[in-house]
Amino acid sequence: MKNKIKILRAEHELTQQQLAEMVAVSRQTINAIEKGKFDPSLPLAFKISKLFNLSIEEIFQNE
Amino acid sequence: MKEKSKPRAELTKKNTINLALWTGAWLVTMAISSFGSLLLWEGNSLLSGLAILINFLVGIGMIFANIKHLKGLDELQRKIQLEAMGIALGLAVVAGLAYSSLDQTNLISYNAEISHLVILIGITYFAGVLIGTSRYR
Repeated sequence: MKNKIKILRAEHELTQQQLAEMVAVSRQTINAIEKGKFDPSLPLAFKISKLFNLSIEEIFQNE
Repeated sequence: MKEKSKPRAELTKKNTINLALWTGAWLVTMAISSFGSLLLWEGNSLLSGLAILINFLVGIGMIFANIKHLKGLDELQRKIQLEAMGIALGLAVVAGLAYSSLDQTNLISYNAEISHLVILIGITYFAGVLIGTSRYR
């Protein structure tokens, strides 16, 4: 699953660590999601989308 | 952009230290219950039984510490743990029974000890966690 987290993170000037702390996961998890190696659960996807004030579909796209 | 919760790393570190302490205590009580009757109290059944009971109870504590550790992990870390445990458990069943068969059919000259299986589980689990962690890096 592709996503725009890296772009959104850059736009909001957030590090992976900062974003990880904001959504209560490890930095490794944010990194794995950004690289498309790991698909987040629905609750985590909701947390991320709420944080960036966007819908899930605007952040995550099926490949 | 206002969500903020307790850092996951802090919680994981605390739970990992807690688990390490319980595991260390379990190993110490295991050593005492195994070697105590030989080196410390020379065959006293009451003390041997007490040492085994303490080891068992500390082992229960270690299991709860492990559950707490797993509950404190995030979803990716849990996935890595689950995969490592799955491989370790699967290998333990398959290799353990094959090892037992080797012993029963006298294809090996020594007795198949449970400790060999425990070592195999430990190594497999540790390798599974390392491989899983590097795969999602």
